[in-house]
Amino acid sequence: MNYNKLVDNVIKRILLLFAAISVITTIAIVFSLLGETVSFFKEVSIVEFFTDTRWTPLLEPKHFGILPLICGTLLITAGASLISIPIGLASAVFLSEYAGNRTRKILKPVLEILAGIPTIVYGYFALVTITPILQRLIPQTNIFNAASASIAVGIMTIPMVASLSEDAMKAVPNALRHGAFAIGSTKFEVVTKIVIPSALSSILASFILAISRAIGETMIVALAAGSTPKLTLNPLESIQTITGYIVQVSMGDTPRGSIESRTIFAAGMVLFMMTLLMNIISMLIVKKFRRVYD
Amino acid sequence: MSLKMKINHLNLHYGDFHALKDVNIDITENAVTALIGPSGCGKSTFIRTLNRMNDLIDNVTITGEISLEGIDIKKCDVIELRKRVGMVFQKPNPFPMSIYENVIYGPKIHGAKDKKVLDAIVEKSLRGAALWEEVKDRLHKPALGLSGGQQQRLCIARVLAVEPEVLLMDEPTSALDPASTLKIEDLMEQLKKEYTVVIVTHNMQQAGRISDFTSFFLNGEIIESDKTENIFYKPRDKRTEDYITGRFG
Repeated sequence: MNYNKLVDNVIKRILLLFAAISVITTIAIVFSLLGETVSFFKEVSIVEFFTDTRWTPLLEPKHFGILPLICGTLLITAGASLISIPIGLASAVFLSEYAGNRTRKILKPVLEILAGIPTIVYGYFALVTITPILQRLIPQTNIFNAASASIAVGIMTIPMVASLSEDAMKAVPNALRHGAFAIGSTKFEVVTKIVIPSALSSILASFILAISRAIGETMIVALAAGSTPKLTLNPLESIQTITGYIVQVSMGDTPRGSIESRTIFAAGMVLFMMTLLMNIISMLIVKKFRRVYD
Repeated sequence: MSLKMKINHLNLHYGDFHALKDVNIDITENAVTALIGPSGCGKSTFIRTLNRMNDLIDNVTITGEISLEGIDIKKCDVIELRKRVGMVFQKPNPFPMSIYENVIYGPKIHGAKDKKVLDAIVEKSLRGAALWEEVKDRLHKPALGLSGGQQQRLCIARVLAVEPEVLLMDEPTSALDPASTLKIEDLMEQLKKEYTVVIVTHNMQQAGRISDFTSFFLNGEIIESDKTENIFYKPRDKRTEDYITGRFG
């Protein structure tokens, strides 16, 4: 008896330790970011950081305005969302409500393969396939451009939206669908007025997750979006995202401890804040739109 | 009393399983027709054929004819049919919306827009389902906050709101407590004045209390259909008598 109790206790502690690893790691990351970020802001004023519209830390004269990088990140994110949200949601509706069992059994694994493709592959897919198509359609498209990277990031995040939204729709009890059919709803009305509203919290959460993923996506933008920090809304131009900049500096020969190298921590902090904000929004949405069926 | 629906030589298969065997019933207008029988006898399957809910299931083959006022329902538009033949299910299934939105769901998809018209529909339907007095002060609260019995009456109101001609009820009280059951049974008396009601029940006393006609199902066949008092007091078939007197089922 005492022996069993002891084993239970030990197991509980071991499991707690494993659970704690992720928490500790998060805290450690925040602190490592924080330390360098603080030293960065000792040299560059926070006002300049958020108001200057030029980002040229590696060139003379140096400017430390993060706005062009934020703009680039948001441009990619918006473009990717325009692809992933409608296509992902439509795929989810099709899979959950319209597809027969056979079709679903083929389509779902294919969708999951899409999710398993390494992002570097998407990166050169953007560069060697999407960009030439764009250039044929619109000749003034730059070889490195935001549109091509956005499309690739969007395609990459389709499975995330589709899969999570489909799970949410599948969780809507059939009794609700039958109730709606039994008073003369068409299938489309059942989907748009019953199934989607009932699953809305998880569907929105899947959108946010895809958006967060797009904000943080690195490889595709590093390959296809260019490395020109620019405050522009034109997706055909070469831009740079926060992640793209961090890659550029990390791969370069910037001396450690210099102001140039500290920029990536400040930029990383901004990135972290953006994804944190997305997480918070997601939690609020889930809380607000949550529907309980029983 | 005139004939509302007529079912002729209805056979239904789930894959290889012969679930309904040569079913013939007449459904009388403005009356309550009860379908009784032991579990698995096909009574729920049968009631679902009346508004073609079985269309939603794969692998079902149906032969024979079901007519609504002389017209074969296979030839009707299924949306139109379900507007005319509404259905209430065994377990209350209110939509995860407010009470008000639940009631106006049907009228809205069928084109009603005017706020005043919708308000009037809500009051009329909730009164029709004997729920108005209990919920009139919280119409915009979530329907899922209601008790099980109230939820079921809301589901009845939701069907009444589209002004059907026939009301199908598949064991509407089996998930409810006795007090709620009584309320719904009382409601039947009122409902049949305006609607034709078909109710599946496994509770024979309930069939005896509320119905005008009763059909007894056994293993997918109708053993006997008659006025309820005849089924209960003068059954013609030995099996009906055995079931009524509680020898099986």
